[in-house]
Amino acid sequence: MAEILDARLGDKLEGDKLEGIGCKRKRVEDIRFTQGRGRYIDDVNLPGMLFGDFARSPYAHARIKKINKASALSVPGVVAVITAEDLVPLNLHYMPTLAGDVQAVLGLDKVLFQNQEVAFIVAKNRYAAADGVEALDVDYEELPPLLDPFKALEPDAPLLREDIKDKADGAHGSREHYNHIFTWTAGDEAATQEAFANADVVVKEYLAHPRVHPCPLETCGSVADMDPVTGQLTLWGTFQAPHVVRTVAALISDIPEHKIRVIAPDIGGGFGNKVGVYPGYVLSIVASIITKKPVKWIEDRMENLSSTAFARDYHITAELAATREGKIIGMRSNVLADHGAFDACADPSKYPAGLYHICTGAYDIPAAFCSVKGVYTNKAPGGVAYRCSFRVTEAVYTIERMIEVLAAKLNVDAGDLRKKNFIQPEQFPYTSAFGWEYDSGNYPTAMAKAMEAVDYDGLRSRQAEMLEDFKSGKSRELMGIGISFFTEIVGAGPSKNCDILGIGMFDSCEIRVHPTGAAIARLGTKSQGQGHETTYAQILATEIGLPADMIKIEEGDTDTAPYGLGTYGSRSTPVAGAACARAGRKIRHKAQMIAAHIFKVHHDDLEWDVDGFAVKGLPEKRIAMKDIAWAAYNNVPEGMEMGLEAVDYYDPPNFTYPYGAYFCAMRIDVDTGVCTVDRFYALDDCGTRINPMIIEGQVHGGLTEAFAVAMGQLISFDETGNILGASLMDFFLPTAVETPKWETDYTEVPSPHHPIGAKGIGECPHVGGVPCFSNAVNDAFRALGGTHTHMPHTPANVWAYARSLGLVEG
Amino acid sequence: MAKKLIELIVNGEAIEVAVNPRDLLVHTLREDLKLTGVHIGCETSHCAACTVDLDGCSVKSCTMFTVQAAGSEIKTVEGMAAPDGTLHPLQEGFREMHGLQCGYCTPGMIMRAYRLLQENPRPTEEEIRWGISGNICRCTGYQNIVKAIQYASDKLRAGEGAK
Repeated sequence: MAEILDARLGDKLEGDKLEGIGCKRKRVEDIRFTQGRGRYIDDVNLPGMLFGDFARSPYAHARIKKINKASALSVPGVVAVITAEDLVPLNLHYMPTLAGDVQAVLGLDKVLFQNQEVAFIVAKNRYAAADGVEALDVDYEELPPLLDPFKALEPDAPLLREDIKDKADGAHGSREHYNHIFTWTAGDEAATQEAFANADVVVKEYLAHPRVHPCPLETCGSVADMDPVTGQLTLWGTFQAPHVVRTVAALISDIPEHKIRVIAPDIGGGFGNKVGVYPGYVLSIVASIITKKPVKWIEDRMENLSSTAFARDYHITAELAATREGKIIGMRSNVLADHGAFDACADPSKYPAGLYHICTGAYDIPAAFCSVKGVYTNKAPGGVAYRCSFRVTEAVYTIERMIEVLAAKLNVDAGDLRKKNFIQPEQFPYTSAFGWEYDSGNYPTAMAKAMEAVDYDGLRSRQAEMLEDFKSGKSRELMGIGISFFTEIVGAGPSKNCDILGIGMFDSCEIRVHPTGAAIARLGTKSQGQGHETTYAQILATEIGLPADMIKIEEGDTDTAPYGLGTYGSRSTPVAGAACARAGRKIRHKAQMIAAHIFKVHHDDLEWDVDGFAVKGLPEKRIAMKDIAWAAYNNVPEGMEMGLEAVDYYDPPNFTYPYGAYFCAMRIDVDTGVCTVDRFYALDDCGTRINPMIIEGQVHGGLTEAFAVAMGQLISFDETGNILGASLMDFFLPTAVETPKWETDYTEVPSPHHPIGAKGIGECPHVGGVPCFSNAVNDAFRALGGTHTHMPHTPANVWAYARSLGLVEG
Repeated sequence: MAKKLIELIVNGEAIEVAVNPRDLLVHTLREDLKLTGVHIGCETSHCAACTVDLDGCSVKSCTMFTVQAAGSEIKTVEGMAAPDGTLHPLQEGFREMHGLQCGYCTPGMIMRAYRLLQENPRPTEEEIRWGISGNICRCTGYQNIVKAIQYASDKLRAGEGAK
């Protein structure tokens, strides 16, 4: 039997029959996904279900004069038309945002961005709903739009938010202007000023991080079913954080929380897009209450790109102060953040700029200060963490671009300058100038390994040759070498730092081991493609000694899963993964007591060995976990409860700080602006590696999204506020042809405070990748007078930059 | 709007379905025939999550009227496994090579790769990349999708050789 098992597991084993931590276990999810048996939100169909669709504003800023419902109600199949006036008596025309602001569910007397929700048309099917949207008659009076965030606080700027115009204080302190949301600072301003005063060299640069969108392949949607008899609401939806949605729903409605069941089915990618609460979710519920039927709402792609969850839009002015030898002694950054029409950023409550103050990066910078000012404009709300921990991509972009700017100023190698300023291994745990306690790392080792792997000196020689050929007119191509050495801050987070709406950002796991040695574990997170059903079972296989194939993982149903804060900010492994390990250890502890009872020995006389307990020194006296599971239901010590179950709610003592060293070799055709990635190497350290296959897949995907952001993505607007990037014709999603080939590598420095030493990986390649590509483009022009050019590095932009440097005629 | 009765052969089975003239094929497949493996990602034929095989061509079913498909033979991901449940080498390859994450693009990717391997049973990496360039994946970065298709190509050709 054992031989058969070994043969069956074959190459999957990697020395671990249980398929536990470290094993390249094939994914459990793939069995259904490859056969068309995934169940995504649009696959949820209920008897009698109606379909809702939004009528949206064609204007960026306008007064709603009149809505004539009759024209839409006369369309065959249309059942109801809901406007803001219908929501006022329910006090649902505004909903609270995670950032302490309110957002219009439907525009009441004004609309503040193009494609803002104005009315919800409910019909018997999606075609009739679309007809109703088409037929709805709305009179608008156009108002002057405010699109440039730098003009938002001018004395005569258009007033956007009439609902809060007299509010002197926002969620994060006093407001200086009617379009001002907050000004938030961190660090020691005086100490930083002193560092700059004492510096030999100071560099300053304006870095725009343009508006982009996470654009998962599946858009957002929900199905609400309010049972008119029982008062029970069931809400299916694309929720990265289903429990938070349940609590928000209870807080803004009269429905008690136990009568709300939120279910997140399979999710077709999230990347931050599915953290927030959107008007569509609210309207599907309201429509179900009104019509007494289940109501489905599914965004189309244009709605997705134009109304739910933009990312970035940070306008950063950054400075570094250094000695002439290249030791950085101070960092300062001043950010103008365009939040759109409502502040709907999804950040921990205390941090309106997320964790932007990780912007000292991997370097030992003694003094630092940052200031972030948020303003309203006539654009969609959002500000989500697009495949990164809260605003960490912006932070890492700041330091990783600035260190290159400093290297150019000092005329030194950008790799050497990084090495000179690294936090050294013996400095961990290291407290940054902003007060973050970096848990662990060995940056010089990772950098050395990466530099050797890419033959860094060889790359620089090749670059110099190409530059000579360019200068002598032999070639029109330049080479850029992109470097990024980034430190993430993930696993939000310790409740002393982090909460959402007052709820600490813990996460949870509940395990039940069945009599036959199979188990189910439920968690408060929600996979959107990360493979949780596979990896959590691996953690448990190692912790409780049952094969991963015998452990079912469930997430996303708030009636069954323990409360958790969901999946974003690379928090699943650092937080719920820790809860998983700790709950497993509780199971193992109880199993040890049962084994001791069976062998009639003291529990300290037993030792754990992969999948069971043996009496020390008597290996024949051994009982496997599977048999202990059976005993747990019929033969437990006196006074012990039957069963084998455990729950763990884990409030992490600290964040985790995964890091990496990325290198990109890029060729740039100066005459066309076309950039070609010849090589991309990514070394990541995410601590303990649970499933190397999945880690590699996460790195590939994150790098591809980083490539998209750096090289092409942009949500832009014309001067009247028309959105110009709202279809896949306009918004860049790389295909297999544009996407470079990825090389991955790793070092492994476990987190000292995490139960299994894991740090999180999903977002590292995005965070580290964006500056790496941008640095490659900028590096190509460094020897020709370039200092900084903004993303996205499209051929047109790169060509224009080359032209501005006098490298292209015309 | 009067409904039209349409005959189709879907995954080897002859069926009749009554549709409105403006119904899109993707909605008929998903909502009338309950083949929910066919996904909608953009409704503008850019993403190809809705790809099905129609009379020997890869077709983006979100931008084709069902009435245009009258009389056609359609294969969706639900028709890929053998009747005894044995997975198609592409389905196996996507799992073996970790060619999917969220799974949303996967059925369309598999259906495109199915036709690609008939057009070109032994594609190079570059030919695979061009061959699937009408299909968007947001999760994987395509590298493992290429490997999954190579896996299936190898396995299908080994199977041919054995016959």
